[in-house]
Amino acid sequence: MAKTEKDVRFSKFGTVSFTGVTQVNDFIDYLEQGKLMGTKCKDCGLKFFPPRAHCFKSLSGNMEWFEVTGKGKLVSFSTLRYGPTGFTEELPYTIALVDYGDYKVFGRIDPAVAEPDSNLKVGMEMVAKTAKTANGQLTYVFNPA
Amino acid sequence: MSRVAVIGVGQSTFVRSYPGSIRELAFEAYSEAMKDANIQNADIDATVMCSAPEYDKQRSPAGVVAEYLGLNPQPTFYVETLCSSSSTGLKLAYSLVASGLHDCVMVLGFQIMSQLTSNESQERMGRGADIQWESPFGTMMPAYYALHAQAHMAKYGTKPEDLALIRVKSATYGVLNERAVYRKPVALEDFLDPQKMGGPVASPLRVGDCCANADGSSCIIVANEEKAKAFCKKPVWILGIGSASAAVNMVGRESLTGLAVGIEAGRQAYKMAGITPKHIDVAEVHDCFTIAEMMAIENLGFAEAGGGPELVRAKETYKEGSIPVNIDGGLLSKGHPIGATGGSQVRTIVRQLRDEADNIQVKDPMFGLVHNIGGVGLYGNVTIFGRE
Repeated sequence: MAKTEKDVRFSKFGTVSFTGVTQVNDFIDYLEQGKLMGTKCKDCGLKFFPPRAHCFKSLSGNMEWFEVTGKGKLVSFSTLRYGPTGFTEELPYTIALVDYGDYKVFGRIDPAVAEPDSNLKVGMEMVAKTAKTANGQLTYVFNPA
Repeated sequence: MSRVAVIGVGQSTFVRSYPGSIRELAFEAYSEAMKDANIQNADIDATVMCSAPEYDKQRSPAGVVAEYLGLNPQPTFYVETLCSSSSTGLKLAYSLVASGLHDCVMVLGFQIMSQLTSNESQERMGRGADIQWESPFGTMMPAYYALHAQAHMAKYGTKPEDLALIRVKSATYGVLNERAVYRKPVALEDFLDPQKMGGPVASPLRVGDCCANADGSSCIIVANEEKAKAFCKKPVWILGIGSASAAVNMVGRESLTGLAVGIEAGRQAYKMAGITPKHIDVAEVHDCFTIAEMMAIENLGFAEAGGGPELVRAKETYKEGSIPVNIDGGLLSKGHPIGATGGSQVRTIVRQLRDEADNIQVKDPMFGLVHNIGGVGLYGNVTIFGRE
């Protein structure tokens, strides 16, 4: 009898992924296509980033994908000089929270941004794009718009 | 509902590396609290055991600890809300007693963190956040609080020196606390030295802005009015007890300049106690990082939003100030053995309200407050205590 293969696409997300199986695994396929996607409830219109398989308001899984596009505002950022196990080789790196109005996105600043602590300012406009981590995993990064 | 009082408190010395196992560590706080309350195990109707998992190997530690302390066959409950586990445990104990189900309940918090390296423990703590969507970016507790510090600085003009002043105060009292991990004085100039307090961790937070992991235990015994008056000369009453939760992922937060759970838990506790922030004579707040204390004093209403730095610069949070905060050295000096932290804060306030706080005693306090946060503002607990 053939074993059912597990859909572990999500293990490709980020430097170290702690999750393999999720019902929003298509997020990974979209990242591979260069698209950063969230989900929207078809019943009530609520938008979710990160994407969710379910809407707690409509009590349904009637969701569709939408693309994160345009500019968001930098809510905050921090450059790490010390890191958890699994991430120390990437130091230093900068994490950030960006507000798109209907939703917010958490992630990293593009390592190509020079001296992030001097050049980034809370409130500045940012754009997100898909990227690869240093160890070849899928991710997305922010750059000043 | 019965009134509920604290009738016994205890804690171990908080240390970097405890030479023993969790059951032995738990005994240290338990034995102090039992002697303090002057009661026997038969007087305890139930226990609430509190720790955060994955720092040691023991699964379901409540059973092991209850057995070691001779607390079978009483029921035992395991409660976990990360860094606020023992405050949440206190809320369960309060409910068990106030409901009339039990007369006397023990809350035991414990944590051994030293079996892991510092990087490993950052990884564990990071997984107290959203492992699916945040941890893959390499997050850790100091970095999450750093996001709050950066936002506070951008909105209110708070300076890194304002945060450093909080550590300087903490160390002033850490020197006096024999149960604390860090007992050396800290000067503002130490933050200019990258080999000392000024070492970068996660901008804008530096080494001196962060508390240390520690091994430790705490124990709080609560009882209903009848038992409290029978057992105890100086019962300290729980007047208000509030708790709240918030989105785990930073994307779900309205703002990063404060912690919504601290505001909400405080609102509930003040309302239940029927008092306002002005009535609080002494407070213990969750200062895992300096910015956490800054946000706490604003979120609890000791200062307006953005008014924290001024209060700190004016030294109003020192023992002689208008609102003494963390004058036992706080987490920054005592260390932060996750599951034990809330109980240690409660012990400090209870000793203050009994006039038994020795060299940190404030004058005739009527009301004391404990603010204990789990995760990065994921769980919030505020408890208000008063004396007769």
